[in-house]
Parts: sequence; C-alpha cells; structure tokens
Amino acid sequence: MSNMIVELSKYVMIVLLAFYTLHCFIVFRYANEEERRGFYIGQNIFMFLIHFLGYLVLCFQTGDTSLILFFAVQQIMLFSVIMLYRILYPDSNRLIINNMCMLLCVSFIILTRLSYSRSVKQFKIVLASLILSLVIPYFISHLKFIKKFTWICGGIGIFSLASVMILGNVTYGSKISYQLFGFTFQPSEFVKIIFVFFLAGMLAESADLFQVVAVTLMAGAHVIILVLSKDLGSALIFFVVYVVMLYVGTKKLIYLIAGLASGCIASVIGYRLFPHVRTRVTAWRDPFSVIEGQGYQITQSLFSIGTGGWFGMGLYEGSPEKIPVVEADFIFSAVSEEMGCLFGLCLILICISNFLMFMNIAMKFRDLYYRLIAAGLASIYGFQMFLTIGGVTKFIPLTGVTLPLVSYGGTSVLVTLIMFSIIQGIYLMRSKGVKIREEK
Amino acid sequence: MKKNKKRSRNQNRELHVVTYLFMTLFLLMMGYYAYYVAVPAKEEMNNSYNSRQENLAKKVVRGKILARDGDVLAETKVDENGDEERVYPYSNLFSHVVGYATRGRSGIESFGNISLLTSNAYIMERLENSIGAEKNIGDNLVTTLDVKLQKAANDALGMYRGAILAMEPDTGKILAMVSHPDFNPNHIAQEWETISTDTERSPLMNRATQGLYPPGSTFKMVTLLEYLKENPDSYGAYSYQCNGKIERDQVTVSCYHGTNHGKVDLLKSFAKSCNCSFVNIGLQLDTRSYAKTAKDLLFNQKLPVKFTTSKSSFVLDSDSDTEEIMHTAMGQGETLITPLHMAMITAAVANGGELMTPYVIDRIENYNHDVMKQYGTNKYGRLMSKEEADLLTYFMKDVIEEGTGTKLKGQPYTVAGKTGSAEYGGEEKGASHAWFTGFSATENPDLVVTVIVEGAGSGGDYAVPTAKRVFDAYYD
Repeated sequence: MSNMIVELSKYVMIVLLAFYTLHCFIVFRYANEEERRGFYIGQNIFMFLIHFLGYLVLCFQTGDTSLILFFAVQQIMLFSVIMLYRILYPDSNRLIINNMCMLLCVSFIILTRLSYSRSVKQFKIVLASLILSLVIPYFISHLKFIKKFTWICGGIGIFSLASVMILGNVTYGSKISYQLFGFTFQPSEFVKIIFVFFLAGMLAESADLFQVVAVTLMAGAHVIILVLSKDLGSALIFFVVYVVMLYVGTKKLIYLIAGLASGCIASVIGYRLFPHVRTRVTAWRDPFSVIEGQGYQITQSLFSIGTGGWFGMGLYEGSPEKIPVVEADFIFSAVSEEMGCLFGLCLILICISNFLMFMNIAMKFRDLYYRLIAAGLASIYGFQMFLTIGGVTKFIPLTGVTLPLVSYGGTSVLVTLIMFSIIQGIYLMRSKGVKIREEK
Repeated sequence: MKKNKKRSRNQNRELHVVTYLFMTLFLLMMGYYAYYVAVPAKEEMNNSYNSRQENLAKKVVRGKILARDGDVLAETKVDENGDEERVYPYSNLFSHVVGYATRGRSGIESFGNISLLTSNAYIMERLENSIGAEKNIGDNLVTTLDVKLQKAANDALGMYRGAILAMEPDTGKILAMVSHPDFNPNHIAQEWETISTDTERSPLMNRATQGLYPPGSTFKMVTLLEYLKENPDSYGAYSYQCNGKIERDQVTVSCYHGTNHGKVDLLKSFAKSCNCSFVNIGLQLDTRSYAKTAKDLLFNQKLPVKFTTSKSSFVLDSDSDTEEIMHTAMGQGETLITPLHMAMITAAVANGGELMTPYVIDRIENYNHDVMKQYGTNKYGRLMSKEEADLLTYFMKDVIEEGTGTKLKGQPYTVAGKTGSAEYGGEEKGASHAWFTGFSATENPDLVVTVIVEGAGSGGDYAVPTAKRVFDAYYD
C-alpha cells in the first residue's frame, strides 16, 4: 500500500506541477488580472495537492506522524499569505504570490526529506520573513522619497561588504557571512537589493558621462570586494546587474556590448590570478578526472541527477545526502534525483515565469527609477537561478549560490521574499497609475 | 492606439533585449539539462564512484549478459524467498571480460551496470510491478563474444599466464578476450580474501587490457612504419651486415640467441626479426618524428574502450641517449604495451590503416528480447595511411612465409603477423614473454589475434602455435 502511494504520487506530482506550470504561462495571454483569476485559483488547487501528496509520501516513508502537524502549519501559513495579500492588496500580482508559495512548498517538501530539524528552522525564518514582507509593498508604493537615499545606499553597500571581508568567517572557502544574535548573516544578499536601489537612483537621475563613470566606479568597488572575499557567485551577479541596469538606464547598446566584453576579459584575468577560480573551472571541464578532489561535489550532483532520470527515484528512494551542502547550493540536484528531471524542468519554467513577470512589470512602468529597480531585481533573480541550476547540472562552472526560495538558508529566503515584495509594491503603484488615468 | 504601442515598444527596446538574452541562457540551460539526463548520464552513471547504483538494484533484478548467439554468460537467479544470486554458467571462462558483480564490479558487469539495472520492460508491466512492490526485470546485454572462440583461446593458453585477444578488424567487435590466471566469478564472494590478496598471480587483473608488457620484436612494426615514413622511396635499397651483435657508445645489443643473420635487406630484417639491423635503423631515425608516429598509434594515451585499461608507454624524445634509442627500436627498454593496444594496432594495419573502435556490447535488449539500443561499428580514426598499412601487411606476410612465424604457413587461410620474444628482468636472465600478433585472410582480413604467453620463450615457438589454434577454431 505505502509503496503504491510512493510510486503513484511520484507521477501524479509531476503531472500536477506540469499543469501548474502551464498556467504560469497561460496568464501572460491575458492583459488584466481579472481575466486571469480562474487560472490563479487553478494554480492554488494544484499547489495544495502537490504539497499534500509530498507530505503524504514523507509520512509513509518515515512513519513519523508529527509531520502531519508540520504540514498543517505550513498549509495554514501559505493559505494565510494568499488570503492576506488578497485582502491587504487587492490589486497585487497573483502570479508572483502563487509562484512564491509554490516554490516554498517544493522547498519544504525537499528540506523535510533531507533534514527535519533544518526544515523546521527554515519554516520559522520563512514565517517571519513573510510577515515582514507583507508590509513592504505598502512602503514601496507610498514612500517615494527613497529615491533621495541613492548615495546612502551606495555607502551602506560598500561598507557592509568591506566589513564582512575584514571581520567575517570563512565558509566553504569564501568569506561571506558573520554571526549576529546566533544567526548567520550573509550581507552580500542584502546588499544586492541596496545595490539595485543605488544604481536605479543614479541612472534615473541622469545618464551623462559623469554619472556613468561614478556608477562604474562604485559597481567596480562592490565587485572587487566580493572577488577578494572569494564570493565569485555574488560578484558575478553584481556585475551582471550593473551591466543590465547601465544599458537599460542609458539606452546605449555600446554599454551592453562593452560590459559583456570586459566581463569576458575580467574572467580570463580572474582565471589567471586566482587558484580558487581555476579549481572551479578544472572541476567543470573534466570533473571525473578530479573525482576525489575538487570534482567530488559536481560528480555527486551529476550522479544524483542522472540516477533520478526523467521521473525521479521517489522521495527517500535516492541518496541526495551524499552531495556536500545539498540543502543549500545543490538543492536542485536533490529535487531532480528524487522528484525527477521533468519536475526539475517545470521548476525552472516557474522561475522563468517569475522573471518574465518581473520584466513585464518593468516594461509597463513609465518612471525610469522604478523600471530600473524592477529590471535590476529581475536580473538578480534570473541570473542567480541560472548560476545555481547551470552550476549543478555542469552547464557552467559551479559558483556556489542558492536557488531563491527553494534552498535552505535564512538570509537567502528573507532577501528573496523582500525582492518579491518590492516588485509587488511597484506593481501596485502601476495599477494605481492606470486608475488615475482612467478617471481623467 | 497603434502609435502608442509602437512608442512603448521603442521605449522598452532595452528591456526586450535583456529579456531575450536571459531567455536564451535559460533555454540553453534547460536543453542541456534534459540532454544530459537523456544521453551522457546513461554512460556516466556506470562510474564506480556512483554509489547510487545500489539504489537502482533495489528496484530491478539485474539483467543477463549474453554471448553473440544468445548463450547466457551471466544471469541472476531469484529463489522463492526473493534472494538473488548472480550465476556464471561458464565459470572461469569469461572471468575477466564479463567480470563479477559482487564485491565491487569489473568488466562488462561494471561498465554495463546501469543498463543491467535499467528495465525497459513494457510500461504497463513496469507500472504494475512498481505499484505492487515487485522488482522489474533488467535489460539484457548482448555481447560480441563468441563462446567457441573464447574456449579455443582459453585452451590454447592452457596453464600459462598471459592473454589472448581476438577481434574483427573491419568492425571492432571483440570476439574473445582471455586472461590467465583467472578466477571463478561464482565463488568470488567466498574466495575474495585469497583472490584479492594474491599479488603474486594477480588473478583479478585483466591482463588483456591492463597488463603492461615489453613489446619485444612486435614493436618492430612501429620502427618499420617510421622507417617507411622517413624513406618512402629508398627503403628498398636498405641493406645491413648482421654479425649477431651491434655496439654503439659502449652499448651492445645482440640478436635473439646470438643468431648471425648475415647480409639482410629490410624485408629479411623484419621477417627474421634481426635485432642488430633494427637497432641500426633506429639510430638513423628522427626521434621526434618517431615519437609522433608512436603517438599516432595511441601510445601514452587512454585507449578508446570502456574496459579499465593501462596506458602503453613510449618514452623517446629528442633528449634520449643512444642506449635508450637502441633498446626502443627493438621493443625493449622503457617501452611497454597492453595486449589490447597491440591488437588495435594490428587491426588498424589489417583494416587499411583505419582503426574501428573495439567494442564488446553489441546491443541492449529488454527481457522480451526487443532491441532497445544497437551499438554499431564506429570509426575511431586513421592511425596510418592506406599505403603504409599495405606495406606493413606485405612485410608481415613475409614473417609467416619465411621468417619467425612459419608455424602458421600453409594453412587454408593466409596470415600476416609479427612475433616477439620480449625479455624481462626475470631472475634467470634471458627469460622472455612470447608474443604474436597478426590477422588472417590477408586480402580481406577476417580476424586479428594477439597472443602473449608469459615467460614461455620465443614468440615463434610458443605464441604462434597458440594463435594458430585460435585461427583454426575460427575457420573450423
């Protein structure tokens, strides 16, 4: 009986997630949220079914009935989030909310499978972050004077990155965190958002050469500090966001081309200069030749994905725990191993639909400042997703970043939820703007 | 309205560009990920570091390994309690090539592991089994191995240590692979302690693919090839006066058993395997070009097969001293080769210079015998030109006609080959491994046979008759 449930739900969950994903893209065909409503409700149903099946399998496989309680608490939390958004922000974008909840669901399922205690810890952080992020859309859409804090943002960014470099602990070969009140903070995660506000403020103000030089110098300082802290993943993300926002802000294609070209040159220099970088590239090019050393993580990840195949081994039927730091950087491999490649592909598509919706919101907005913020956050989100999934599938070298909302890690999930709420806030301003014009 | 739309598109041009760039990255990544799961993963999963293979074994009854005509070489028997036992009906006969699957894995059991643990039974049946907690039946691997030829090779090697390989030069199919001493894979679990710690006999080592031997005179094929390359027009004029030994820079080399070959041309030097003449040739060669020829023949490289192999070694470079060059030219010194590699070079000669990648798994079938995947003949590449291969064949035919390989003369089939007596630093100086490598039906080659008999003596006396028994079995 239990075997039947485990096996069947494996396939059913893939089918449900595929339907969910399909709805993510159907909604783009309709211009307003009113027409999309039916699809959103469909998505919620699919999501709750997947969540339910996931925990049903976990219960059967572990025989641990206390999971039922954990599941119930999560259901209440997710249901409340969806309802609270509807009540507090009736004009909010529901695709973003749904996707946020869907990714959290997948995260809870796979984290509970990997480590119950960690998933409980993660749950607490998610709960606190969700409550915090509920108020953010209001602030964003009402407090427009944040534009004036541009240089403060730049200063805070540099200051916190530099202080981490000097004070921080070394985790996995890169200095990216420090302890505060018993929690491990990764300031580079927060600084990503602050950095976007800084760039947006600068470029919205003016796009003349002086401004471009100033922006470039500041962005360069951020990136160099991160490279020196050996946090290559974040350094890359900051760099890409800078190039994208510079291009969108100035509308000059030459900046995009020059940015990408200098990025290539910088990578080559980095490769020559830092053994840390070379190690990663070696492990990417031929991981099997260094399988006992630097290739260990990536080959374990590939074995994990490969053994899982299209449909996955089923929850608790694989061995994702053999990958070092599986719950953070390699969460995607764990999902792929036990829930299948098809499930993984759907997960990527959901992330893509988030990215497209963020970009869509940027396009619909007139004010350059907010356009830039939306585009910048979209780039952070999209590029981080690309780095982590591309890394664990050996499409690109590993950089050690988390998969937003799915990976274990307090700072990561908090910052991503803040990002989603900021976008939501911008979206709310836009819908208000539309209304005002209609009234005229 | 239209104008409005156009303006917004203009305004959003940058955002569109960025979106398209990102989408390109995302789609490439998704494509790669799906491709990885569909294609390369199937091979990479066989890596012995992949401990997840055990997870598959919990869900699938390991498939069978079959000979080319369907004879069972390995199968898993399940008793009424659900206990599984891996059975090898031919016991020791295929011990290295088929390998073992308890206490680790080797041979086909190792590199075919994932296929054996993958079930392509009918989908409804699989679904029914997985829901009912029944194991699915794994796929079968149909090999290119020929039971009759394997038996003949095994008998021909007899009590001796060594290895024999038989393969088709025009397809790359490995028909027989024998390595002695062998072991009984049925008892591997019980006898593991004795077998795995026996460093004197090393029964677990597949000598055919991993054994590194000095090639002795068989290496003269390489030296000859290099000489032909360097002297395409004048090799016919080559002449040398052999006195049984040759001395350069206080280094002396003698012919096998001190034989004095008298005045020899190139053809006779090769057929009689005159060491002095070949040392003389070696000293005339351009070392760098020599090293390149060796490299083209896959020395110092990983061979393109799935078996665990050793790398053959060729150490000459422009800094090598006279002694090194002299020893290398006749296949001694630091030069080492695996029997498989020797068979591959021979196969390339037989096939007009082009090497077909050797393979042993012909196809994957589900347990109902529906073919799931057919492995075909694959060109590896050209190791030498057609003209060079034809010339080598001409020289190698003469070895059988009037040289060291006359024990294969006058058969219903024609043979071209080369013998070797590779001296090794054994206790009694002068002990040698007997080599033979060659192919039959020289006009349109059928079969390559490579033999090494450890410590037996001269190739002409010991390895040639051994090879003959394999050829005889093939044409029987």
